[in-house]
Amino acid sequence: MKKRPMTLAEKILSLKSGKGSVEPGELIEVPVDLTLANDITGPLAIKVFEKTGVKKVFDPEKIALVMDHFTPNKDIKSAEQVKLCREFAKKFGIKHYYEGGASGIEHALLPELGLVGPWDVVIGADSHTCTYGALGAFATGVGSTDLAAAWITGKTWFKVPETIKFVYYGKLKPWVSGKDLILYTIGDIGVDGALYKAMEFSGEAIKNLSMAERMTMSNMAIEAGAKVGLMEVDRKTRCYLRGRYKKEIKPLKADKGAKYLEVREYDVSKIDPVVAMPHLPSNVKPVKELPRIYIDQVVIGSCTNGRLEDLKVAAQVLKGRKVNPNVRCIIIPATPRVYQEALKKGYLRIFVEAGAIISPPTCGPCLGGHMGILAKGERAIATTNRNFVGRMGHPESEVYLASPAVAAASAVLGYIATPEELGL
Amino acid sequence: MRIKGKVWKFGDNIDTDVIIPARYLNTTDPEELAKHCMEDADPEFSKKVKKGDIIVAGKNFGCGSSREHAPIAIKGCGISCVIAESFARIFYRNAFNTGLLILECPEAVKNTQEGDELEIYPEEGKIVNLTKGEEYYTKPLPEFMKKILDAGGLIPYVMQNYKD
Ligand code: SF4
Repeated sequence: MKKRPMTLAEKILSLKSGKGSVEPGELIEVPVDLTLANDITGPLAIKVFEKTGVKKVFDPEKIALVMDHFTPNKDIKSAEQVKLCREFAKKFGIKHYYEGGASGIEHALLPELGLVGPWDVVIGADSHTCTYGALGAFATGVGSTDLAAAWITGKTWFKVPETIKFVYYGKLKPWVSGKDLILYTIGDIGVDGALYKAMEFSGEAIKNLSMAERMTMSNMAIEAGAKVGLMEVDRKTRCYLRGRYKKEIKPLKADKGAKYLEVREYDVSKIDPVVAMPHLPSNVKPVKELPRIYIDQVVIGSCTNGRLEDLKVAAQVLKGRKVNPNVRCIIIPATPRVYQEALKKGYLRIFVEAGAIISPPTCGPCLGGHMGILAKGERAIATTNRNFVGRMGHPESEVYLASPAVAAASAVLGYIATPEELGL
Repeated sequence: MRIKGKVWKFGDNIDTDVIIPARYLNTTDPEELAKHCMEDADPEFSKKVKKGDIIVAGKNFGCGSSREHAPIAIKGCGISCVIAESFARIFYRNAFNTGLLILECPEAVKNTQEGDELEIYPEEGKIVNLTKGEEYYTKPLPEFMKKILDAGGLIPYVMQNYKD
Protein backbone atom coordinates (compact mmCIF):
# COMPACT_ATOMS: atom_id res chain seq x y z
CA MET A 1 0.00 0.00 0.00
CA LYS A 2 1.26 3.43 -0.90
CA LYS A 3 1.88 5.71 2.06
CA ARG A 4 -0.32 8.70 2.56
CA PRO A 5 1.62 11.90 1.66
CA MET A 6 2.60 13.62 4.89
CA THR A 7 3.60 17.00 6.31
CA LEU A 8 6.91 17.44 8.15
CA ALA A 9 5.31 16.99 11.56
CA GLU A 10 3.41 13.87 10.46
CA LYS A 11 6.53 12.34 8.92
CA ILE A 12 8.61 12.70 12.05
CA LEU A 13 5.86 11.45 14.35
CA SER A 14 5.07 8.52 12.04
CA LEU A 15 8.64 7.31 12.12
CA LYS A 16 9.21 7.95 15.81
CA SER A 17 5.99 6.38 16.99
CA GLY A 18 6.85 3.29 14.96
CA LYS A 19 3.41 3.41 13.41
CA GLY A 20 4.43 4.09 9.84
CA SER A 21 1.62 6.55 9.43
CA VAL A 22 -0.21 8.89 11.78
CA GLU A 23 -3.28 11.08 11.40
CA PRO A 24 -3.91 14.49 12.96
CA GLY A 25 -5.84 14.11 16.19
CA GLU A 26 -4.31 10.73 17.04
CA LEU A 27 -2.76 10.42 20.52
CA ILE A 28 0.64 8.75 20.27
CA GLU A 29 3.62 7.93 22.42
CA VAL A 30 7.12 8.66 21.12
CA PRO A 31 10.63 8.21 22.49
CA VAL A 32 12.48 11.48 23.07
CA ASP A 33 15.96 12.25 21.73
CA LEU A 34 16.62 15.16 24.05
CA THR A 35 14.89 16.71 27.06
CA LEU A 36 15.82 20.05 28.52
CA ALA A 37 15.09 22.29 31.43
CA ASN A 38 16.47 25.53 32.81
CA ASP A 39 17.04 27.08 36.21
CA ILE A 40 13.33 27.95 36.56
CA THR A 41 11.68 24.80 35.30
CA GLY A 42 14.47 22.36 36.21
CA PRO A 43 14.02 22.58 39.99
CA LEU A 44 10.31 21.85 39.65
CA ALA A 45 10.99 18.85 37.39
CA ILE A 46 13.63 17.62 39.81
CA LYS A 47 11.24 17.86 42.76
CA VAL A 48 8.59 15.95 40.84
CA PHE A 49 11.13 13.33 39.76
CA GLU A 50 12.61 12.85 43.22
CA LYS A 51 9.20 12.43 44.80
CA THR A 52 8.68 9.27 42.76
CA GLY A 53 11.70 7.64 44.35
CA VAL A 54 12.92 6.42 40.95
CA LYS A 55 16.63 5.70 41.22
CA LYS A 56 17.86 6.48 37.72
CA VAL A 57 17.02 8.65 34.73
CA PHE A 58 16.21 7.03 31.40
CA ASP A 59 19.43 8.25 29.76
CA PRO A 60 21.80 10.79 31.33
CA GLU A 61 23.08 11.73 27.85
CA LYS A 62 19.65 12.83 26.71
CA ILE A 63 19.04 15.38 29.41
CA ALA A 64 20.22 18.97 29.15
CA LEU A 65 20.07 21.36 32.08
CA VAL A 66 20.92 24.93 31.15
CA MET A 67 21.21 27.58 33.82
CA ASP A 68 20.33 30.74 31.93
CA HIS A 69 17.31 32.64 33.21
CA PHE A 70 18.36 34.22 36.49
CA THR A 71 22.09 33.65 35.98
CA PRO A 72 24.63 34.85 36.97
CA ASN A 73 22.52 34.10 40.03
CA LYS A 74 20.62 37.27 40.77
CA ASP A 75 19.73 36.51 44.39
CA ILE A 76 19.90 33.86 47.06
CA LYS A 77 16.76 32.04 45.96
CA SER A 78 18.06 31.82 42.39
CA ALA A 79 21.39 30.53 43.61
CA GLU A 80 19.57 27.83 45.57
CA GLN A 81 17.67 26.80 42.44
CA VAL A 82 20.88 26.47 40.45
CA LYS A 83 22.48 24.54 43.28
CA LEU A 84 19.60 22.08 43.25
CA CYS A 85 20.08 21.52 39.51
CA ARG A 86 23.86 21.17 39.89
CA GLU A 87 23.51 18.55 42.61
CA PHE A 88 20.92 16.65 40.61
CA ALA A 89 23.21 16.70 37.55
CA LYS A 90 26.08 15.30 39.63
CA LYS A 91 23.96 12.65 41.30
CA PHE A 92 22.51 11.31 38.05
CA GLY A 93 25.54 11.86 35.82
CA ILE A 94 23.72 14.31 33.57
CA LYS A 95 26.07 14.92 30.67
CA HIS A 96 24.79 18.24 29.39
CA TYR A 97 24.72 20.45 32.44
CA TYR A 98 25.72 24.06 31.79
CA GLU A 99 26.33 26.93 34.13
CA GLY A 100 28.77 29.78 34.64
CA GLY A 101 31.07 30.54 31.73
CA ALA A 102 29.95 27.41 29.87
CA SER A 103 26.33 28.44 29.80
CA GLY A 104 24.28 30.50 27.41
CA ILE A 105 20.64 30.90 26.51
CA GLU A 106 19.37 27.37 26.07
CA HIS A 107 17.85 27.67 22.60
CA ALA A 108 20.95 29.32 21.20
CA LEU A 109 23.32 27.04 23.11
CA LEU A 110 21.93 23.58 22.34
CA PRO A 111 21.84 23.95 18.53
CA GLU A 112 25.29 25.54 18.62
CA LEU A 113 26.62 22.54 20.54
CA GLY A 114 25.10 20.19 17.98
CA LEU A 115 22.65 18.59 20.41
CA VAL A 116 19.62 18.88 18.12
CA GLY A 117 19.03 17.95 14.51
CA PRO A 118 16.59 16.65 11.93
CA TRP A 119 14.05 13.96 12.91
CA ASP A 120 14.86 14.42 16.59
CA VAL A 121 11.98 14.58 19.02
CA VAL A 122 12.84 17.15 21.65
CA ILE A 123 10.80 18.27 24.62
CA GLY A 124 11.87 21.11 26.80
CA ALA A 125 10.41 22.65 29.90
CA ASP A 126 10.55 25.96 28.12
CA SER A 127 8.06 27.17 25.60
CA HIS A 128 10.67 28.30 23.06
CA THR A 129 11.95 24.77 22.61
CA CYS A 130 10.16 25.06 19.25
CA THR A 131 13.27 26.95 18.03
CA TYR A 132 14.81 23.66 16.88
CA GLY A 133 12.09 23.23 14.27
CA ALA A 134 14.39 25.30 12.06
CA LEU A 135 16.76 22.31 12.12
CA GLY A 136 14.00 19.86 11.29
CA ALA A 137 13.42 18.66 14.86
CA PHE A 138 9.96 18.02 16.25
CA ALA A 139 10.68 20.18 19.27
CA THR A 140 8.12 21.58 21.63
CA GLY A 141 7.68 23.07 25.06
CA VAL A 142 6.14 21.11 27.91
CA GLY A 143 5.78 21.59 31.63
CA SER A 144 8.06 20.33 34.36
CA THR A 145 5.84 17.35 35.15
CA ASP A 146 5.86 16.23 31.51
CA LEU A 147 9.61 16.52 31.61
CA ALA A 148 9.98 14.53 34.83
CA ALA A 149 7.79 11.81 33.35
CA ALA A 150 10.06 11.64 30.31
CA TRP A 151 13.13 11.39 32.56
CA ILE A 152 11.52 8.24 33.95
CA THR A 153 10.18 6.62 30.81
CA GLY A 154 12.22 8.18 27.98
CA LYS A 155 8.93 8.81 26.24
CA THR A 156 6.26 11.44 25.93
CA TRP A 157 2.79 11.68 24.47
CA PHE A 158 1.51 13.96 21.75
CA LYS A 159 -1.66 14.60 19.93
CA VAL A 160 -0.64 14.63 16.26
CA PRO A 161 -1.20 18.23 15.19
CA GLU A 162 -2.79 19.47 12.02
CA THR A 163 -0.37 21.53 9.95
CA ILE A 164 -0.68 25.03 8.53
CA LYS A 165 1.77 25.75 5.74
CA PHE A 166 3.28 29.20 5.32
CA VAL A 167 4.91 29.95 1.99
CA TYR A 168 7.16 32.98 1.67
CA TYR A 169 8.23 34.10 -1.79
CA GLY A 170 9.97 37.14 -3.28
CA LYS A 171 13.03 39.09 -2.22
CA LEU A 172 13.37 40.84 1.12
CA LYS A 173 13.67 44.62 1.24
CA PRO A 174 16.78 46.04 2.90
CA TRP A 175 16.77 45.72 6.70
CA VAL A 176 13.92 43.24 6.65
CA SER A 177 14.79 39.98 8.39
CA GLY A 178 13.37 36.68 9.59
CA LYS A 179 12.16 38.53 12.69
CA ASP A 180 10.02 40.81 10.57
CA LEU A 181 8.60 37.83 8.67
CA ILE A 182 7.56 36.01 11.80
CA LEU A 183 6.13 39.13 13.46
CA TYR A 184 4.24 39.89 10.28
CA THR A 185 2.89 36.33 10.22
CA ILE A 186 1.78 36.46 13.86
CA GLY A 187 0.20 39.83 13.15
CA ASP A 188 -1.68 38.16 10.33
CA ILE A 189 -2.95 35.05 12.12
CA GLY A 190 -3.03 36.24 15.75
CA VAL A 191 -1.60 34.86 18.98
CA ASP A 192 -3.86 31.82 18.79
CA GLY A 193 -3.82 31.59 14.99
CA ALA A 194 -1.98 28.28 15.08
CA LEU A 195 -3.21 27.01 18.46
CA TYR A 196 -2.43 23.27 18.90
CA LYS A 197 -1.16 23.23 15.28
CA ALA A 198 2.16 22.64 13.55
CA MET A 199 3.46 25.55 11.50
CA GLU A 200 5.50 24.65 8.45
CA PHE A 201 7.63 27.46 7.03
CA SER A 202 8.64 27.14 3.40
CA GLY A 203 9.32 28.95 0.14
CA GLU A 204 12.28 30.61 -1.53
CA ALA A 205 12.47 33.45 0.99
CA ILE A 206 12.99 30.90 3.79
CA LYS A 207 15.69 29.16 1.76
CA ASN A 208 17.50 32.50 1.50
CA LEU A 209 17.46 33.16 5.23
CA SER A 210 20.48 32.40 7.41
CA MET A 211 20.14 29.58 9.92
CA ALA A 212 20.05 32.22 12.67
CA GLU A 213 17.04 33.91 11.04
CA ARG A 214 15.33 30.59 10.52
CA MET A 215 15.74 29.84 14.21
CA THR A 216 14.29 33.27 15.00
CA MET A 217 11.18 32.32 13.05
CA SER A 218 10.73 28.86 14.53
CA ASN A 219 11.40 30.35 17.97
CA MET A 220 8.26 32.45 17.74
CA ALA A 221 5.91 29.72 16.48
CA ILE A 222 4.69 29.45 20.08
CA GLU A 223 3.69 33.11 19.94
CA ALA A 224 1.01 32.03 17.46
CA GLY A 225 0.04 29.20 19.81
CA ALA A 226 1.72 26.52 17.69
CA LYS A 227 3.14 23.25 18.92
CA VAL A 228 6.08 23.27 16.51
CA GLY A 229 7.50 25.53 13.78
CA LEU A 230 9.13 23.20 11.29
CA MET A 231 11.36 23.74 8.27
CA GLU A 232 12.78 21.38 5.68
CA VAL A 233 16.40 20.33 5.81
CA ASP A 234 18.34 21.88 2.94
CA ARG A 235 21.96 22.56 2.05
CA LYS A 236 22.18 25.39 4.58
CA THR A 237 20.84 23.19 7.37
CA ARG A 238 23.36 20.51 6.52
CA CYS A 239 26.21 23.03 6.45
CA TYR A 240 25.18 24.29 9.86
CA LEU A 241 24.92 20.79 11.32
CA ARG A 242 28.10 19.41 9.81
CA GLY A 243 30.92 19.26 12.34
CA ARG A 244 28.66 19.79 15.33
CA TYR A 245 25.75 17.33 15.10
CA LYS A 246 27.03 13.86 15.91
CA LYS A 247 24.21 11.81 14.44
CA GLU A 248 23.49 11.19 10.79
CA ILE A 249 22.03 14.20 8.99
CA LYS A 250 19.01 12.65 7.34
CA PRO A 251 17.09 14.56 4.66
CA LEU A 252 13.67 15.86 5.64
CA LYS A 253 11.13 17.17 3.19
CA ALA A 254 7.37 17.33 3.18
CA ASP A 255 5.64 14.97 0.75
CA LYS A 256 4.03 16.30 -2.38
CA GLY A 257 0.30 16.21 -1.88
CA ALA A 258 0.53 16.36 1.92
CA LYS A 259 -2.70 17.58 3.50
CA TYR A 260 -2.61 20.98 5.14
CA LEU A 261 -5.33 22.56 7.19
CA GLU A 262 -4.52 25.78 5.41
CA VAL A 263 -1.84 27.25 3.16
CA ARG A 264 -0.95 30.91 3.53
CA GLU A 265 1.31 32.73 1.11
CA TYR A 266 3.26 35.91 1.65
CA ASP A 267 5.06 38.07 -0.89
CA VAL A 268 7.96 39.18 1.30
CA SER A 269 8.94 41.99 -1.07
CA LYS A 270 5.87 43.82 0.26
CA ILE A 271 6.87 43.49 3.92
CA ASP A 272 8.54 46.42 5.69
CA PRO A 273 10.39 46.41 9.00
CA VAL A 274 7.75 45.95 11.70
CA VAL A 275 7.32 46.13 15.45
CA ALA A 276 4.87 44.36 17.73
CA MET A 277 3.31 47.02 19.93
CA PRO A 278 2.42 46.37 23.58
CA HIS A 279 1.03 44.04 24.86
CA LEU A 280 0.73 41.24 22.33
CA PRO A 281 3.17 39.82 19.77
CA SER A 282 0.33 40.01 17.24
CA ASN A 283 -0.06 43.75 17.61
CA VAL A 284 2.15 44.34 14.59
CA LYS A 285 2.66 47.62 12.70
CA PRO A 286 5.17 48.76 10.07
CA VAL A 287 7.73 51.07 11.67
CA LYS A 288 7.13 53.72 9.02
CA GLU A 289 3.51 54.09 10.10
CA LEU A 290 4.37 54.85 13.71
CA PRO A 291 4.31 58.27 15.32
CA ARG A 292 7.48 59.15 17.26
CA ILE A 293 7.61 56.65 20.05
CA TYR A 294 10.41 57.59 22.43
CA ILE A 295 12.12 54.79 24.33
CA ASP A 296 14.08 54.40 27.54
CA GLN A 297 15.74 51.08 26.87
CA VAL A 298 16.88 48.85 24.04
CA VAL A 299 17.57 45.14 24.50
CA ILE A 300 19.35 43.22 21.77
CA GLY A 301 19.63 39.56 22.70
CA SER A 302 17.53 36.54 23.77
CA CYS A 303 16.93 33.13 22.23
CA THR A 304 15.14 34.94 19.42
CA ASN A 305 17.86 37.35 18.33
CA GLY A 306 21.04 36.96 20.36
CA ARG A 307 23.10 35.07 17.80
CA LEU A 308 26.22 36.26 16.01
CA GLU A 309 24.29 37.29 12.89
CA ASP A 310 22.04 39.46 15.05
CA LEU A 311 24.98 41.17 16.73
CA LYS A 312 26.52 41.70 13.30
CA VAL A 313 23.47 43.67 12.17
CA ALA A 314 23.50 45.66 15.40
CA ALA A 315 27.21 46.40 14.86
CA GLN A 316 26.57 47.58 11.31
CA VAL A 317 24.05 50.07 12.62
CA LEU A 318 25.95 51.18 15.72
CA LYS A 319 29.39 51.45 14.11
CA GLY A 320 30.72 54.97 14.57
CA ARG A 321 27.47 56.12 16.18
CA LYS A 322 26.41 56.82 19.74
CA VAL A 323 23.55 55.45 21.75
CA ASN A 324 21.11 58.27 22.45
CA PRO A 325 21.77 59.77 25.91
CA ASN A 326 18.16 59.10 26.94
CA VAL A 327 18.50 55.40 26.20
CA ARG A 328 20.09 52.44 27.92
CA CYS A 329 21.16 49.99 25.24
CA ILE A 330 21.79 46.48 26.57
CA ILE A 331 23.35 43.92 24.26
CA ILE A 332 23.40 40.28 25.28
CA PRO A 333 25.42 37.73 23.31
CA ALA A 334 23.35 34.58 23.69
CA THR A 335 26.19 32.13 24.29
CA PRO A 336 29.88 32.14 25.27
CA ARG A 337 30.77 31.27 21.70
CA VAL A 338 28.71 34.17 20.32
CA TYR A 339 30.48 36.40 22.85
CA GLN A 340 33.92 35.23 21.72
CA GLU A 341 33.14 35.55 18.05
CA ALA A 342 31.68 39.01 18.55
CA LEU A 343 34.86 39.92 20.38
CA LYS A 344 37.05 38.60 17.57
CA LYS A 345 35.05 40.34 14.89
CA GLY A 346 35.21 43.65 16.69
CA TYR A 347 31.47 43.96 17.36
CA LEU A 348 31.93 44.27 21.11
CA ARG A 349 34.31 47.16 20.64
CA ILE A 350 31.77 48.89 18.42
CA PHE A 351 29.11 48.41 21.09
CA VAL A 352 31.26 49.71 23.92
CA GLU A 353 32.37 52.71 21.90
CA ALA A 354 28.76 53.46 21.05
CA GLY A 355 27.97 53.54 24.75
CA ALA A 356 26.04 50.28 24.92
CA ILE A 357 26.12 47.89 27.88
CA ILE A 358 27.32 44.37 27.18
CA SER A 359 25.71 41.75 29.39
CA PRO A 360 26.98 38.23 29.99
CA PRO A 361 24.95 35.55 28.21
CA THR A 362 21.65 35.32 30.10
CA CYS A 363 17.92 35.60 29.56
CA GLY A 364 18.02 38.50 32.02
CA PRO A 365 15.63 41.28 31.02
CA CYS A 366 13.80 39.20 28.38
CA LEU A 367 11.57 37.79 31.10
CA GLY A 368 11.95 40.69 33.48
CA GLY A 369 14.39 38.68 35.55
CA HIS A 370 17.31 41.04 36.03
CA MET A 371 19.99 42.96 34.10
CA GLY A 372 17.68 45.68 32.80
CA ILE A 373 14.27 45.91 34.43
CA LEU A 374 11.83 48.65 33.46
CA ALA A 375 10.35 51.16 35.90
CA LYS A 376 6.71 52.26 35.87
CA GLY A 377 5.90 54.04 32.64
CA GLU A 378 9.18 53.14 30.94
CA ARG A 379 9.30 51.86 27.41
CA ALA A 380 11.68 49.43 25.74
CA ILE A 381 12.25 48.12 22.27
CA ALA A 382 13.62 44.59 22.37
CA THR A 383 14.60 41.82 19.98
CA THR A 384 12.93 39.34 22.34
CA ASN A 385 9.73 37.43 21.68
CA ARG A 386 7.12 38.52 24.23
CA ASN A 387 5.69 41.89 25.14
CA PHE A 388 3.02 40.84 27.61
CA VAL A 389 2.05 43.15 30.47
CA GLY A 390 4.91 43.28 32.97
CA ARG A 391 7.18 41.08 30.88
CA MET A 392 10.26 43.27 31.32
CA GLY A 393 9.44 44.84 34.66
CA HIS A 394 6.72 47.08 36.06
CA PRO A 395 3.18 46.18 34.98
CA GLU A 396 2.85 49.69 33.60
CA SER A 397 5.99 49.48 31.46
CA GLU A 398 5.89 48.73 27.73
CA VAL A 399 7.82 46.43 25.43
CA TYR A 400 7.96 46.75 21.65
CA LEU A 401 9.31 43.75 19.74
CA ALA A 402 11.52 44.23 16.69
CA SER A 403 14.53 43.02 14.72
CA PRO A 404 18.12 43.80 15.73
CA ALA A 405 18.30 46.36 12.90
CA VAL A 406 15.30 48.34 14.15
CA ALA A 407 16.36 47.99 17.80
CA ALA A 408 19.85 49.29 17.06
CA ALA A 409 18.62 52.21 14.95
CA SER A 410 16.16 53.11 17.72
CA ALA A 411 19.00 53.06 20.24
CA VAL A 412 20.78 55.77 18.27
CA LEU A 413 17.76 57.94 17.55
CA GLY A 414 16.02 57.53 20.89
CA TYR A 415 12.72 56.67 19.23
CA ILE A 416 11.51 53.67 17.25
CA ALA A 417 13.02 53.87 13.78
CA THR A 418 14.60 51.85 10.96
CA PRO A 419 18.27 52.09 9.95
CA GLU A 420 17.11 53.99 6.89
CA GLU A 421 16.46 57.02 9.07
CA LEU A 422 20.17 56.98 9.79
CA GLY A 423 20.90 57.08 6.08
CA LEU A 424 21.82 53.38 6.02
CA MET B 1 -17.37 15.08 41.74
CA ARG B 2 -19.15 18.39 42.09
CA ILE B 3 -17.64 21.82 42.25
CA LYS B 4 -19.36 24.97 43.40
CA GLY B 5 -17.96 28.48 43.44
CA LYS B 6 -18.11 32.10 42.47
CA VAL B 7 -16.92 33.34 39.10
CA TRP B 8 -13.94 35.62 38.55
CA LYS B 9 -13.99 36.77 34.98
CA PHE B 10 -11.02 37.59 32.73
CA GLY B 11 -10.62 38.41 29.03
CA ASP B 12 -8.77 36.84 26.11
CA ASN B 13 -5.10 35.83 26.00
CA ILE B 14 -4.48 35.80 29.75
CA ASP B 15 -0.77 34.93 29.59
CA THR B 16 1.50 33.18 32.04
CA ASP B 17 3.22 36.47 32.89
CA VAL B 18 -0.11 37.75 34.18
CA ILE B 19 -0.95 34.50 35.96
CA ILE B 20 2.39 34.49 37.74
CA PRO B 21 4.97 37.19 36.86
CA ALA B 22 8.49 35.93 36.19
CA ARG B 23 9.86 38.02 39.04
CA TYR B 24 8.37 35.48 41.46
CA LEU B 25 9.71 32.39 39.71
CA ASN B 26 12.69 31.99 41.98
CA THR B 27 10.55 29.68 44.08
CA THR B 28 8.37 26.62 43.47
CA ASP B 29 6.39 26.91 46.71
CA PRO B 30 2.64 26.83 45.90
CA GLU B 31 1.71 29.11 48.80
CA GLU B 32 4.29 31.68 47.87
CA LEU B 33 3.26 31.56 44.20
CA ALA B 34 -0.42 31.80 45.11
CA LYS B 35 0.15 35.16 46.78
CA HIS B 36 1.04 36.69 43.42
CA CYS B 37 -1.52 34.90 41.27
CA MET B 38 -3.05 37.23 38.63
CA GLU B 39 -1.29 40.11 40.32
CA ASP B 40 -0.60 42.15 37.18
CA ALA B 41 -4.26 41.93 36.12
CA ASP B 42 -5.74 42.46 39.58
CA PRO B 43 -3.31 43.15 42.46
CA GLU B 44 -5.90 42.16 45.07
CA PHE B 45 -6.89 38.90 43.40
CA SER B 46 -5.23 36.43 45.74
CA LYS B 47 -6.76 38.20 48.74
CA LYS B 48 -10.28 38.33 47.32
CA VAL B 49 -10.54 34.81 45.98
CA LYS B 50 -12.19 32.15 48.15
CA LYS B 51 -11.56 28.44 48.16
CA GLY B 52 -13.58 26.75 45.44
CA ASP B 53 -13.96 29.86 43.26
CA ILE B 54 -13.85 29.52 39.52
CA ILE B 55 -11.99 31.49 36.84
CA VAL B 56 -13.88 32.10 33.62
CA ALA B 57 -11.82 33.54 30.77
CA GLY B 58 -11.80 34.07 27.01
CA LYS B 59 -9.60 32.63 24.29
CA ASN B 60 -6.08 31.24 24.62
CA PHE B 61 -5.90 31.18 28.43
CA GLY B 62 -2.39 30.45 29.70
CA CYS B 63 -0.50 31.47 26.58
CA GLY B 64 3.17 32.26 26.87
CA SER B 65 5.72 30.36 28.86
CA SER B 66 5.77 26.70 29.84
CA ARG B 67 5.97 27.53 33.53
CA GLU B 68 4.03 25.00 35.56
CA HIS B 69 4.13 27.64 38.26
CA ALA B 70 1.03 29.06 36.51
CA PRO B 71 -1.44 26.22 37.20
CA ILE B 72 0.23 25.69 40.57
CA ALA B 73 -0.35 29.34 41.53
CA ILE B 74 -3.98 29.16 40.41
CA LYS B 75 -4.59 25.96 42.34
CA GLY B 76 -2.63 27.34 45.27
CA CYS B 77 -4.95 30.28 45.75
CA GLY B 78 -7.95 28.01 45.97
CA ILE B 79 -9.38 28.11 42.44
CA SER B 80 -11.19 24.85 41.76
CA CYS B 81 -11.58 25.09 38.01
CA VAL B 82 -10.76 27.30 35.03
CA ILE B 83 -13.32 27.56 32.27
CA ALA B 84 -12.19 29.22 29.04
CA GLU B 85 -13.09 29.47 25.38
CA SER B 86 -9.73 27.84 24.60
CA PHE B 87 -6.43 27.14 26.35
CA ALA B 88 -2.84 27.51 25.19
CA ARG B 89 -1.48 24.05 24.58
CA ILE B 90 1.31 23.87 27.15
CA PHE B 91 -0.97 25.25 29.84
CA TYR B 92 -3.54 22.62 28.89
CA ARG B 93 -1.01 19.82 29.44
CA ASN B 94 0.33 21.36 32.61
CA ALA B 95 -3.10 21.76 34.16
CA PHE B 96 -3.91 18.07 33.73
CA ASN B 97 -0.45 16.97 34.77
CA THR B 98 -0.69 18.92 38.02
CA GLY B 99 -4.33 18.12 38.68
CA LEU B 100 -6.00 21.47 37.97
CA LEU B 101 -9.39 20.95 36.38
CA ILE B 102 -9.91 22.99 33.21
CA LEU B 103 -12.85 23.01 30.85
CA GLU B 104 -13.26 24.45 27.38
CA CYS B 105 -16.76 25.86 27.08
CA PRO B 106 -17.34 28.98 24.94
CA GLU B 107 -21.04 28.93 25.82
CA ALA B 108 -20.36 29.21 29.55
CA VAL B 109 -17.86 31.97 28.91
CA LYS B 110 -20.34 33.95 26.88
CA ASN B 111 -23.15 33.70 29.39
CA THR B 112 -21.54 34.05 32.79
CA GLN B 113 -20.73 37.26 34.59
CA GLU B 114 -18.32 37.98 37.39
CA GLY B 115 -19.91 37.00 40.68
CA ASP B 116 -22.23 34.36 39.19
CA GLU B 117 -22.39 31.14 41.15
CA LEU B 118 -21.59 28.00 39.16
CA GLU B 119 -21.95 24.33 39.91
CA ILE B 120 -19.80 22.03 37.78
CA TYR B 121 -20.18 18.32 37.13
CA PRO B 122 -16.91 17.50 35.31
CA GLU B 123 -17.75 13.86 34.50
CA GLU B 124 -20.92 14.87 32.74
CA GLY B 125 -19.39 17.99 31.23
CA LYS B 126 -22.24 19.97 32.77
CA ILE B 127 -21.99 23.51 34.10
CA VAL B 128 -24.97 24.95 35.97
CA ASN B 129 -25.23 28.71 36.43
CA LEU B 130 -27.15 28.94 39.71
CA THR B 131 -27.43 32.73 39.52
CA LYS B 132 -28.99 32.72 36.09
CA GLY B 133 -30.68 29.32 36.16
CA GLU B 134 -28.92 28.16 32.98
CA GLU B 135 -27.02 25.04 31.97
CA TYR B 136 -24.03 24.75 29.64
CA TYR B 137 -22.41 21.64 28.22
CA THR B 138 -18.80 20.91 27.24
CA LYS B 139 -17.07 18.24 25.15
CA PRO B 140 -16.31 15.05 27.07
CA LEU B 141 -12.65 14.71 28.07
CA PRO B 142 -10.46 12.54 25.80
CA GLU B 143 -10.08 9.01 27.23
CA PHE B 144 -6.35 9.46 27.70
CA MET B 145 -6.76 12.66 29.71
CA LYS B 146 -9.36 10.95 31.86
CA LYS B 147 -6.88 8.19 32.64
CA ILE B 148 -4.32 10.77 33.75
CA LEU B 149 -6.87 12.53 35.95
CA ASP B 150 -8.11 9.22 37.37
CA ALA B 151 -4.57 8.24 38.29
CA GLY B 152 -4.18 11.58 40.04
CA GLY B 153 -1.88 13.29 37.53
CA LEU B 154 0.74 12.33 35.01
CA ILE B 155 3.35 11.05 37.43
CA PRO B 156 1.08 8.55 39.24
CA TYR B 157 -0.11 7.47 35.79
CA VAL B 158 3.44 6.88 34.60
CA MET B 159 4.37 5.10 37.82
CA GLN B 160 1.54 2.60 37.36
CA ASN B 161 3.52 1.09 34.49
CA TYR B 162 7.05 1.72 35.73
CA LYS B 163 9.27 -1.25 36.40
CA ASP B 164 12.73 -0.65 37.82
S1 SF4 C 1 15.70 34.45 26.21
FE1 SF4 C 1 13.65 34.94 26.92
S2 SF4 C 1 12.28 33.72 25.71
FE2 SF4 C 1 14.33 32.88 25.44
S3 SF4 C 1 14.50 31.23 26.93
FE3 SF4 C 1 15.26 33.09 27.88
S4 SF4 C 1 13.50 34.01 28.94
FE4 SF4 C 1 12.72 32.50 27.50
